[in-house]
Amino acid sequence: MSISADDIAYIANLARLQLSEAEKQKAAHNFENILALIDQMQSADTDQLEPLSHAIETSQPLREDIVTEQNQRDELQKIAPKCEKGLYLVPKVLE
Amino acid sequence: MFKSGIADISRSLAAGEFSSEEITKAYLARIKEKDKELNSFITLCEEQALAQAKTADANRAKGEVHLLTGVPIAHKDIFCTTGIRTSCGSRMLDNFIAPYNATVVENFNQAGVITLGKTNMDEFAMGSSNETSYYGAVHNPWNKELVPGGSSGGSAAAVAAHLCPGATATDTGGSIRQPAAFCGLTGLKPTYGRVSRWGMIAFASSLDQAGTLTRSAEDAALMLNVMAGHDPKDSTSINIATEDYTTNLNKPLQGLKIGIPVQHFAKGLNAEVETNIRYALSEFEKLGATLKEISLPNSHQSVSAYYVIAPAEASANLSRYDGVRYGYRCENPKDLEDLYKRTRSEGFGAEVKRRIMIGTYALSAGYYDAYYIKAQKIRRLIKNDFDAAFTDVDVIMGPTSPHTAFKIGAQTNDPVSMYLEDIYTIAVNLAGLPGISVPAGLVNNLPIGLQIIGKNFSESHLLNIAHQFQQATDWHTRTREI
Repeated sequence: MSISADDIAYIANLARLQLSEAEKQKAAHNFENILALIDQMQSADTDQLEPLSHAIETSQPLREDIVTEQNQRDELQKIAPKCEKGLYLVPKVLE
Repeated sequence: MFKSGIADISRSLAAGEFSSEEITKAYLARIKEKDKELNSFITLCEEQALAQAKTADANRAKGEVHLLTGVPIAHKDIFCTTGIRTSCGSRMLDNFIAPYNATVVENFNQAGVITLGKTNMDEFAMGSSNETSYYGAVHNPWNKELVPGGSSGGSAAAVAAHLCPGATATDTGGSIRQPAAFCGLTGLKPTYGRVSRWGMIAFASSLDQAGTLTRSAEDAALMLNVMAGHDPKDSTSINIATEDYTTNLNKPLQGLKIGIPVQHFAKGLNAEVETNIRYALSEFEKLGATLKEISLPNSHQSVSAYYVIAPAEASANLSRYDGVRYGYRCENPKDLEDLYKRTRSEGFGAEVKRRIMIGTYALSAGYYDAYYIKAQKIRRLIKNDFDAAFTDVDVIMGPTSPHTAFKIGAQTNDPVSMYLEDIYTIAVNLAGLPGISVPAGLVNNLPIGLQIIGKNFSESHLLNIAHQFQQATDWHTRTREI
């Protein structure tokens, strides 16, 4: 499958990544090779098979809906890039 | 002293031959002297390690001891450690100090085990050579021009160079077993869910599993005894009782049925590696085992399916790095979109970005069924192959890697050839099975690994088989002075 720099730009945007023109060209070339590897899957007959999302097929455990975590807001915000009055700061979203 | 393994150090500490403080100081000094050339540690925890050692000695004096109390080890820098940076080999987490310990780390702390430092790794565990780390490549102690394997290359190089007697590691597609093979170590990847993933930074959550890099199967058993267990904080951790993994080490192998998959001896396998592996297999026959050729007919599909599933899960897992709550944040973002994009583009390295994009593509509208669902169906085919094989044999054996360690820089421009490095190990993760790599010979003075694959939750049996092999051979004792 042929992958263009525009395809790469589209995927990069979905992944919230920003690539330079040179990076996009290189990525397009690598992508084609990787997709060729991945596309080998298509030769396998899997019509009768259920997808396997997890090797150990068990259901997720349920527990009582009670608070188990302690409030560690201050501790957790100490490592944040930008905080004020207990809030995470980001650039203005609404004018 | 440095030639000792975990079991030896544990016995010496109990016998009072040296204190934990003494051996901890000795290892710290050795790391400072030798690691400049290897780059196997990202962070050395000198102060904390000495405090832990003093506590361990005091507890021993009071008689409050676990078997491993006072033994120093290293943790792969993917496990969160309170008060000590956890970088995951990435600029994104260069400034990240976790507010909690991973369950694996907590278990070792509770047992009185000392943390010497945090070991280097491929960025977010994405790599097979330890060259994608933000902190630079790790060098193989057997030959410093060669890679140690990856992603747990720092843990492997550190143990192989006797900078620590054992280290934790993680394995998503071969990241414990392949570095074990390249560095002449015993590398155990337990069954998926046997060891808690809580506090272990996520790459591909349905495949990631913590394990060990050690100098012997006995040491791996001792470490697994501390690590294994159900953890309510990890909903995928399995609630099956653990066992004492040292109990069966000395059982004879009489009657063991070993499956030899033809696909693991096909084109692409280095001829001298094959000769050594066949010789190792004949050792098992001498120990009373029988060999039987088997087929894993879909194994050639495993790398393809893995490079859909692992990147897909990674693209979701790594979406959390947005420059808001922790980790790297770009300078002067002009708006929220710019904050996300520049933070992620500057914080992640090339391989991580590549995998995020592959995963994003595979999960995107119009491609989901063709890639993601197809890969999951292949995953079932691969699991079915193993299930069928295990009706006939007890374990499966073959080479861990098709060749010995390669030169640093040799494969960095070709992602696909790097991905094919894990051709014999990846299927094991897709099926969730336990696997162990043990040293099984030297080719041109470089170690090679024999991979032993078991049924789910057969760690005790795998360790028994590996230990018996190590009683009969001395490959695991071979080292190279650095």
